[in-house]
Amino acid sequence: MSRESVSVVSEGLSARVRRLARPAAIREYGIVLSFVALFLVLTFSSDAFFTQRNMLNILNQQSPTLIIAAAGTLVIIAGGFDISVGAVYALAGVVGTKIALDVDPFVGMAAGIAIGLGAGVLNGIVATVGRINSLIATLASSFIFRGIAIVITTGSVFLIDDMRYAGLGQNEVFGVKIAIWIAALWIAALWFILTRTVFGRFVFAAGDNPEAARLAGVRVNVVRTITFVLSGLAASLAGVIASSRFQSGQADVGVGLEFTVIAGIVVGGTSILGGEGAVWRTVLGVLFIALIGNGFTLLEVDPIYQQIVQGGIIIVAVAVDAWSRYRRV
Amino acid sequence: MPDVLIQVEGLSKRFGGVRALDDVDLAVREGSVHALVGENGAGKSTLGKVIAGVHHPDAGNLLVEGRPVHYRSPHDALKDGITMIAQELALLPHRTVSENVFLGIEHSRLGVVDRGSLRRRYRALVAEAGFEVPGDVPAGSLKVADQQKVEILRAVAREARVVVMDEPTAALGREETERLLELVRLLVTRGTTIVFVSHFLDETLAISDEVTVLRDGRVVKSALAAEETPASLISAMLGRSLDMTFPEKRYPAADAPVVLSVKGLRRAGSAAEVSFDVRAGEIVGMAGLIGSGRSEVARAVFGADARDAGSIELDGKQLRIRSPRSAIRAGIAMLPESRKEQGLQMNRSVVENVTLPHLRTVSRAGVMAPLKERRAVTEMTTRVDVRTFRLSAPVRTLSGGNQQKALFARWLLRTPRIVIADEPTRGVDVGAKLAIYELLVSLAAEGLAVLMISSELEEILGLAHRILVMRGGEIASEFDGRTATEDAVMAAAFGAAARGGA
Repeated sequence: MSRESVSVVSEGLSARVRRLARPAAIREYGIVLSFVALFLVLTFSSDAFFTQRNMLNILNQQSPTLIIAAAGTLVIIAGGFDISVGAVYALAGVVGTKIALDVDPFVGMAAGIAIGLGAGVLNGIVATVGRINSLIATLASSFIFRGIAIVITTGSVFLIDDMRYAGLGQNEVFGVKIAIWIAALWIAALWFILTRTVFGRFVFAAGDNPEAARLAGVRVNVVRTITFVLSGLAASLAGVIASSRFQSGQADVGVGLEFTVIAGIVVGGTSILGGEGAVWRTVLGVLFIALIGNGFTLLEVDPIYQQIVQGGIIIVAVAVDAWSRYRRV
Repeated sequence: MPDVLIQVEGLSKRFGGVRALDDVDLAVREGSVHALVGENGAGKSTLGKVIAGVHHPDAGNLLVEGRPVHYRSPHDALKDGITMIAQELALLPHRTVSENVFLGIEHSRLGVVDRGSLRRRYRALVAEAGFEVPGDVPAGSLKVADQQKVEILRAVAREARVVVMDEPTAALGREETERLLELVRLLVTRGTTIVFVSHFLDETLAISDEVTVLRDGRVVKSALAAEETPASLISAMLGRSLDMTFPEKRYPAADAPVVLSVKGLRRAGSAAEVSFDVRAGEIVGMAGLIGSGRSEVARAVFGADARDAGSIELDGKQLRIRSPRSAIRAGIAMLPESRKEQGLQMNRSVVENVTLPHLRTVSRAGVMAPLKERRAVTEMTTRVDVRTFRLSAPVRTLSGGNQQKALFARWLLRTPRIVIADEPTRGVDVGAKLAIYELLVSLAAEGLAVLMISSELEEILGLAHRILVMRGGEIASEFDGRTATEDAVMAAAFGAAARGGA
């Protein structure tokens, strides 16, 4: 900084424009542009795309993924990874339907969601106090959680036709599925926590530089553990919603869900190195990937190419993140 | 006079909106030491990096032996025999010294590195270079000074004709600096040309043949080193004359109460015990060689490292410090040794960095109060004079001096009882240095206790009311700030058994 510069100078319009052209800005706003572009292309190329029915369908299908990815964003910003979400999703559905069948549907839902709380605490403690890399810790715990689900179901499927349980995933309020409302509330809550609260600041600090955060009095282990708890809760909430929608609890659902979730987060521009990211961009990232799938269907493109396209997009997203760091001097 | 080896003409380089170099001309003569000096952000490192192919200029020419060159990478520059030793050393910590030295230029048979030949070449290289570093230990286990030697060996092994050294002595103690300067002289006698980027004016003048002063990306002076003095360089750097005197010392009253009292402090896994007091209004300077345990004492007091024994009292009250968090709550502030690694969240904004330990005071029920936060931060950054375009800019975009000031702003947002500042002026330009000195003095004048750790003896002597000299993890001696001399403090730091050049 030159000596002449005053303490705080308001920036001009040209500076703002220049800032928007930087790689870091592309990471921040690239997903907005891509999302809008894809949305417009689909709107003009297919009459069935921009209809209330299709829009609500996409949101309903994506609501479990959105719920998990919103919380996963906080985990990644704080410097962790949670790849046990697919297993927690399955276990929560299994426990939820089992208890709903044996005891009471509402106790079942609560128990299913509580599973995520326990799983999150366990993941968090193993990854922080246990000093085990969170990728490995949650990989291992995902085997345990899915294993428990298999033990409980003994390989069968719990079918439930009690509409008190199934209503969560199927009923509508004001013409919109309850699952969408829950996802919207959950996303709004996490957005608020990340951007407006003291805890949100701790999440960014823990991910940007954990040692500096500790020396500034931040309890990094506690902060990271809480992000795992939020992620676990999100996975079990999503699992209960899905089991209610399909009226079944089974151990083999949600396989690979963790990768869909991480893909959405990364495409949304959250840095896998931690310290940077946003919940709203994750929402766009998840929906962007969903729109590609939707577009393939509506435009009757052979779906065998879908995964190739999605993989390519993820590489571009991560590359933009890496380049934006590389250019920093 | 020897021929010009490297000629720079009209060179300009921008980083985003910042003009790092602006129409710079420079001529470096073969076999000479050419120093680049200037404040942080003046462009001296950038100029060094352009010469070494790390950065590409936006405009202007770089000529080597009169031939225009356009380096795309450091690799291209190395083909012309130009290499750089960066401020942050770039060694592979887990590989051995000899592997590091020959990295990329190993002799191999069918892709398999020939270890015998590696060892022989290393011995030959050490003999040629005229100094020694053990070749078979991991590079990461060496002290910074020795790692620097490894970098120099690396340059020699690549038969470098030009070595750009960026702040080579910034992390070194006084004795180690002397030895490094010896190595530089040795390289020059072998015909190597050195571009020497440094903050330290005395050593710069001692080592260099010519010196170029940069200010705000422009060359303001290029002259023979023999014709310059530190004062003349400083006035060129700042564009005004400035005497390097320290603020007047204001000693605390003889009956000033003890603020911090440390008794029998022993770090986990160490046998050495440390006891000392710091009184209200007192600046205690902690001197000692690198590795003498100064930072370790600070970290143990602050709760950053575990303790085996010892009591810490603040204002006469026994504290139970188990973590930095509890130390902060008790009223202890610490600016750590490395602001990048231990101090700041480099990618987060100035605002977020300043308020991080005190979020309670700028929030309600866990929810941030943005206006209150911004007001508090603005007030504090104005007080310590943090210069930035936007308080929402990432801290990494600030110069070193402003980053350090941002850390001061952080710890002064809620007034602590004691400030522990570990190397507060390392890697900071002259202007910011003076500002930090004045800040420390004003804090003491307000009745705070200040413990300052520094490897720069002048600043310890210039600021401290009392000086503690550490050696081997213990406080070896204590001096009154009124009577201490540089020689006496150095002698204490080396101990009775000090051997001149050892």
